[in-house]
Parts: sequence; C-alpha cells; structure tokens
Amino acid sequence: MTAIAESPAPRVRAARRPSLVWLGVVPFLAFAFLFLLWPTLYIVVAAFRTPQGDWTLANVLGLFQKSILDAYWISIRISLASAALGCLIGLLVAWAVVLGGLPAWLRGPVMTFSGVASNFAGVPLAFAFLATLGRVGLVTILLRDWFGINIYAMGFNILSFWGLTLVYLFFQIPLMILIITPALDGLKREWREAAAILGASGAQYWRLVALPILFPSLLGCFALLFANSFGAVATAFALTGSSLSIVPILLFAQIRGDVLNDPHLGYALAFGMIVVTALANGLYVWLRLRAERWLK
Amino acid sequence: MTRAFAWIAFALGAIYFFLPLIGTVEFSLRMLRGQYSFEAYRRVLADPRFLDTLGYSVAMAVATIVFGVLLVVPTAFWVRLKMPRIRPLIEFITLLPLVIPAIVIVFGYIRLFNTSSILPLTGSAMGTNVLLMFGYATLALPYMYRAVDTGLRAIDVRTLTEAAQSLGAGWVTILARLILPNVLVAVLSGAFLTFAIVIGEFTMAALLNRPAFGPYMQLLGANRAYEPAALAVIAFAITWACMGLMQLVTRFQKHTRAQR
Repeated sequence: MTAIAESPAPRVRAARRPSLVWLGVVPFLAFAFLFLLWPTLYIVVAAFRTPQGDWTLANVLGLFQKSILDAYWISIRISLASAALGCLIGLLVAWAVVLGGLPAWLRGPVMTFSGVASNFAGVPLAFAFLATLGRVGLVTILLRDWFGINIYAMGFNILSFWGLTLVYLFFQIPLMILIITPALDGLKREWREAAAILGASGAQYWRLVALPILFPSLLGCFALLFANSFGAVATAFALTGSSLSIVPILLFAQIRGDVLNDPHLGYALAFGMIVVTALANGLYVWLRLRAERWLK
Repeated sequence: MTRAFAWIAFALGAIYFFLPLIGTVEFSLRMLRGQYSFEAYRRVLADPRFLDTLGYSVAMAVATIVFGVLLVVPTAFWVRLKMPRIRPLIEFITLLPLVIPAIVIVFGYIRLFNTSSILPLTGSAMGTNVLLMFGYATLALPYMYRAVDTGLRAIDVRTLTEAAQSLGAGWVTILARLILPNVLVAVLSGAFLTFAIVIGEFTMAALLNRPAFGPYMQLLGANRAYEPAALAVIAFAITWACMGLMQLVTRFQKHTRAQR
C-alpha cells in the first residue's frame, strides 16, 4: 500500500513528466533487490573471493574434490529421477482425469488433492514415509506378514537414492498434475478428430500432434520439478539427518557449523546450486524458444 | 481400452498417495502396545512447545500474507495500468524464487544482515522475525503475484480506475475500495497457499534460529517415534484446510459471477 500511498505526487507530476511513473514500482523493486537479488549476488561474489577480499578461483576449484562432487552427483541424480518420473506419472494421471474418460466428478477432488499434496512437503512428509516404509512402517510390516516379503532384507532403504526419489515423488507428481492440466485442456478436440479423419491411430495422434504441442509445457514442468527437488532441504533432513550427503544437506550443515572448515567453500557450494538450477532453467528457455519457432 | 488404461493410471496414483496417509494415521495410533489410542496426539497437544511454535508460525504466516498483499497488489495494479512494458521484468523477478533455492537466499541473509552489517537485522529477535517474514514473502512471491495478476486480468483495470478518478477517488481509495475487493478471491487463494507454505517451512526458520513449527517438528522427529506421525497428520490436516478454503473461495466467486 505504501507504493500507492506515496504516489499522489507521481500522478500529479505525471501529466507533465511521465518519467516519474516508475516511482510506483520502487517499493517492489527495492524489496526484490534487498531480499532476493542482493543476498544471491552476495553469495555469488563471495564464491570468488578469498577471506582477505581478493579475487580467486580457489573456492570454486575446491568443489572438485571427491566428497563434494559425489554430493552434487547424487543430488542431480535424485532431482533428475524424481523430475522425470514426476513428469511421466503426473502426465499420465492428468491425462487419465482430463482426457481418459474418467467420470467428470473425479476431476475436482483430484485437483484439490494435488494442491494439498504438492504443498505437503518438508518435515511432515518425511514422517509420513517413515511411518509407512520405515523399518516398522505399515507397508513394510504388511508386506512381511502377509506376503513374506522383507523389503529391507532385499536391500530397500528409505534413506537411499531410490528411497528419497520415492518420497520426493509425493510432491513432484501432484505439482506436475497441477501445472500440466491447463496444457491438456488446451488440446482441442478438433485436432484429435482431424487426425482421426486423416487415418491416424491414437498412438500416431499422440506422437505427431499432441506431444509436439505439449513439448514446451512438458519441458517447463521438467525444469520446475528439477529445481523443486534440487533445492529441497527439509524432507531429506528430517528423513536422514545428515547421513545422506546431498548438496542442500551439506550446505545446511556448512551454514550451521562450517563442517567443511572453509567458510568460502560454503559460498562456492551455494553458487554451484544456483548454477545447476539456472542451467536447468536456461536449457528450458532455450529449448522452448526453439520449440516455439518450430511450432509456428 | 483407453478408459481401462485411464482407470489403471488413476488407481496406481491413488494407491501411491493414500498408502502413506493411511500408514501415518495407523502409526500415529499405535503408541500404546497392543491397542489403538490417541496417546500420541495427547502427548503432542500437551507439549507447550507445540502450541508455542505453532502460534509463532501462524503469526508469521499472517504477517507474511499482510505484507505480501500490501507489496504485490499495488505493484501488479500499477504495472498493469501504467507500465505494461516492464511486466516481463517483474514477472521474471517473481519467478526467481522458484529457481534460487531457499537455502541459498537465507545463506545470503545470514551473511548480509549480520550484526556487523549496515542493516543488522539478525542482531535482535524482532529484527530476525522481520527478516524471516521477508524471506517468507520472497518464497510466496511467485504464487502471490501470479494469483493477483490473474485476478487483475479478469477486470478492466483502466476503465475502472478512470471511472473512480473522475468521481474524485485518490489512489488509496482506488486500491482499497475498488481494486482489492475485485481481486479479493485471487488474493485469498494466494493467501491460503502462502499460509500452507509458511506454516511448515523448515530451512529458513532453522537457519535463522527462530522457534517456528517446522524446526520443532524436525526436533521431535529426531527424538521420538510416534509423536512425529501424529504431527504429520495434524500438518496434513492444516494443509488440507488451507487448500479446502482456497477451493471454497474460488467456488464462491464462480457462484456470484453466475448470478449476475
């Protein structure tokens, strides 16, 4: 409100000097700069500085040691797997609800549930999966007692790559359902009919018409889901403490207690996270521009 | 054939999503050996820190929502009315929190606003609270801005503003009595989403050392067996309530529109 409370001045003057119109967005830009851009830039710059304030590449080069590279690698793998599976399964469920001929009344509840589940991340989600698939969780016990399958004896562990991916899917799939549904709604019935008249099978319609149209949206969803899981701290931390060394957990421990014994390596770690998510989104923007050009 | 496949996809999805919920509820009732009871819930509710931290997080959520509305509504309005050319820039900024991980942002806060800086927000409890609120407002920015901007798209901002101005309304009046009521549903749906995000947020609160609900849940989870499951059920109920209210206000709007 302050923005506009102060703005009678720009309005009066706007008649003579229209350049003052920009005063109306100053509070927003000031907020974004102070609490979003500046802190991020500070981290990026600090990643290239020595504690004495000289420029250096040593911090970033310091990332290339086995333990840190391993942390990045497992983080990237979990994010890729949960984003890819999230996209695929989310698309399937959204397709089933929107186009697959399920009763129309199912759609509302599915959307509401997706809204709930996509926000049910963090600490409680970890608890839910521990109570279900932990060593004494419901599913673990039922599988053991009813079917004689001991998943832990078979090598399953909730605190592993696949375990964490399985947990992340709980918020990745609903997010995918929420953001892909508008795109599925945008597929016109006429296109499908036109394809059918020209003799296309269902598979051909999807391969040659629907998927190319959906392609930019799918890419966007993938990039978003990737960043979503790459930056997630709370779920993994509540699930594993600091026993699974993925990048956000490592950074968390570093901020709390300098576990790397080098504060500036922490900046480099954070900088690396920004680079990865920025690359994912940059790739998305680039592919999308290509896709749109090709669609025209 | 298609329909059968759709049902299978739906059923598999439903199993995946309901098993953890059923598992959590069942586990939370298992505290007393050999019988189902609400003992875990009783213990959680009897813990004074539960209400303290939940109260703190609710207060933070409300403050974040108020601040977010005051920041986003005038900006989105002004950009639509006077500066449509910079809309891509504003939209880009509002989407940045989806790309920059929250842990990086809060890392920047800790270094930038420490006691030896120009703006020593982390020096006092109140200052840290304010900083945390700004952090939450940043996290909520993509959802809040998107919601309000979509709401504004549905009304004719320019005509309404000119009509109000020709009747002698100032900017405050226009925003408070014309724009806000018109985008109220959008604002509310953004607000409930913000509430759901803030109430369980862990990373920022933990690293800024504030006694919020997220860090409390984590602490309990590290030390107890059954109470965390009860907390998860409670947290799920809170999220569900937020989303339910969001649906409700949206439906309410459709209803009033249809009557016109």
